[in-house]
Amino acid sequence: MTAIFVLAEHRQGIIRDITYEMLTKAHEIAQKTNTELTAVILGKSAKEKAKPLTEYAQKVLIIEDQKLENFTSDAYQKVLSTLIKEHKPLLTLIGHTSYGIDLAPRLATELNIPLATDCIDLAFEGGTFTVTRQMYGGKVNTTATARKAQSYMATIRQAAFQPQKPQPPANGQIIEQPSPLTEEAATKRFIEYVLPPPGGVDITAADKLVGIGRGIKDQANMPQMEEFAKTIGAVLACSRPIVDKGWLSNDRQVGSSGKTVKPKLYIALGISGAFQHVLGMKNSDLIIAINKDPNAPIFSFSDYGVVEDLFKIVPALKNKINELKIQK
Amino acid sequence: MDIVVCVKHVPETAEAELKIDSTGKNIEKTGLVYDINEWDDYALEEAVRIKEKQGGTVTAITIGTEDFDSTLRKCLARGADAAIRLTDPKFQGSDAYATAKILHSIIKNLHCDLILCGLQAGDDGSAAVGTILAQLLGVPHATMVKKLELCTGTAKVNRELEGGLEEILEIKLPALFAVSTGINEPRYVSIMGIRKAMQKEIKVLGLADTGLTEAYVGEAGSWLKTEKLYVPPVEKQAEFLKGTPDEVATKIAELLKSRGLI
Ligand SMILES: Cc1cc2nc3c(=O)[nH]c(=O)nc-3n(C[C@H](O)[C@H](O)[C@H](O)COP(=O)(O)OP(=O)(O)OC[C@H]3O[C@@H](n4cnc5c(N)ncnc54)[C@H](O)[C@@H]3O)c2cc1C
Repeated sequence: MTAIFVLAEHRQGIIRDITYEMLTKAHEIAQKTNTELTAVILGKSAKEKAKPLTEYAQKVLIIEDQKLENFTSDAYQKVLSTLIKEHKPLLTLIGHTSYGIDLAPRLATELNIPLATDCIDLAFEGGTFTVTRQMYGGKVNTTATARKAQSYMATIRQAAFQPQKPQPPANGQIIEQPSPLTEEAATKRFIEYVLPPPGGVDITAADKLVGIGRGIKDQANMPQMEEFAKTIGAVLACSRPIVDKGWLSNDRQVGSSGKTVKPKLYIALGISGAFQHVLGMKNSDLIIAINKDPNAPIFSFSDYGVVEDLFKIVPALKNKINELKIQK
Repeated sequence: MDIVVCVKHVPETAEAELKIDSTGKNIEKTGLVYDINEWDDYALEEAVRIKEKQGGTVTAITIGTEDFDSTLRKCLARGADAAIRLTDPKFQGSDAYATAKILHSIIKNLHCDLILCGLQAGDDGSAAVGTILAQLLGVPHATMVKKLELCTGTAKVNRELEGGLEEILEIKLPALFAVSTGINEPRYVSIMGIRKAMQKEIKVLGLADTGLTEAYVGEAGSWLKTEKLYVPPVEKQAEFLKGTPDEVATKIAELLKSRGLI
């Protein structure tokens, strides 16, 4: 029976959520295509981490090797290309994460397997591998089909699927395979992890956040935004371009490469709602977005929306809140 | 150090209203403003900074029609020494794989110690061309590069992981790096600078120059074929607050008050 491979992603001893999200989707595809769901885990002591994977997958393939202690895409590529050549899975799923982005395109090229990246949905339709992706910062969806092949590969967007343990648990079989890695010198060497500098503002602890984005246009508008945040008693947070420009320090950034926040109130000013940003704030209790583009994706993740120039709303709202404060 | 930078000319869509065109496989391009892809802007800047420090050359390369020249001109104005545009009607429909194949056919014959590109393009967001190109060239690579330090024969790079966490890798040169936004601060180019760059030559090459056959480019050479584009279905839509700015402000203020948020 051919397999569907899901590459387990883990770091510093922890299996990352994307793994279970992929296993959940892969379970559905495996049932429809009558294939065997196989989780693949690579690492120095991968066996210790295999247990939760057996609840999702029918097989868990384990490769243990000292050289796999920390992820490097070249070591992973060598191991996975060996495994894929041997097992010829119909489909291999890898997270569209900092690891998967570094690994999948190169692996697919080596094996000449059609690859679709950053997929939010996928299926075999009449034998054709079909994927859904997004373009233009989430403003447009696209359906694409892969050219016919024996084997396919896709990287999967984080949080595209809700993880769900199969009932009853799959009770998968653990299979160990020897590592194909040799002593040959690596072209890439992992040195260390660098944590963000301690201190700074903890936006994750704030009850209220005002998130500002590229729509604020100019650094000269920063004092106005700070003033506004202060008026409602909120902490200023932002999308990535604001940090890239150096207008706020990176401890204020919300999103996949910033912080995940869950305040009682999140006001998004001039933020389009790219998924990397949304990942970090979509679970806030109340989300209000102000954006002049009625089609901005942020509105699909907000409770309330205002389609207007933020520079008209912000001063008006500041005045209103000040009035209310005086009335008290 | 000789550096090749791969760049793309993309429409600015954050504020534009996008319409699907009559083929259903593309967006309506008329009226959209194009510029250098955001991520490539940082790659180009990084290349020019390395050149300024260590000497060498910077060559910018793109695949596209004549209007892509404005992005190449911007690169030249910023400090690139040479620009190459690959163009052919047969390149239409190329996905990340076919794009990398086309770039590879030319870059493999250029002398370079370093290849830089943006992590992804703002239009299709594949985040794959650079990494595929590295495999085709047979050089090591790193993506999501937030800091790049060149030593003799190797580079030390910071890759961003998630939530502010980074990893440091040591990588043998020559190598390819796909950079993240924020790795530097791209410089401002004056109109004068762009004008001066107008005099520089852009080398234009076609399918015949790549040594590839039609089977390797465009849709024929691609892993993926676009079937259709559509506006994403809305799963949850915000309730829109309407009225004059004052009326809207009142509604928001009342809402916040009723929830005990002010
Ligand atoms: C690997 C990776 C990781 C990333 N991590 C993050 C992350 O952690 N956090 C993050 O935020 N992004 C992240 N990004 C970037 C993300 O993809 C987007 O590019 C970014 O979120 C866009 O920021 P923005 O919404 O502020 O800007 P834009 O997308 O440019 O949107 C600006 C918005 O402002 C609106 N606007 C303009 N003027 C006005 C006005 N006067 N009034 C009202 N509205 C106005 C526009 O209509 C538009 O919707 C990451 C990207 C990658 C590739």
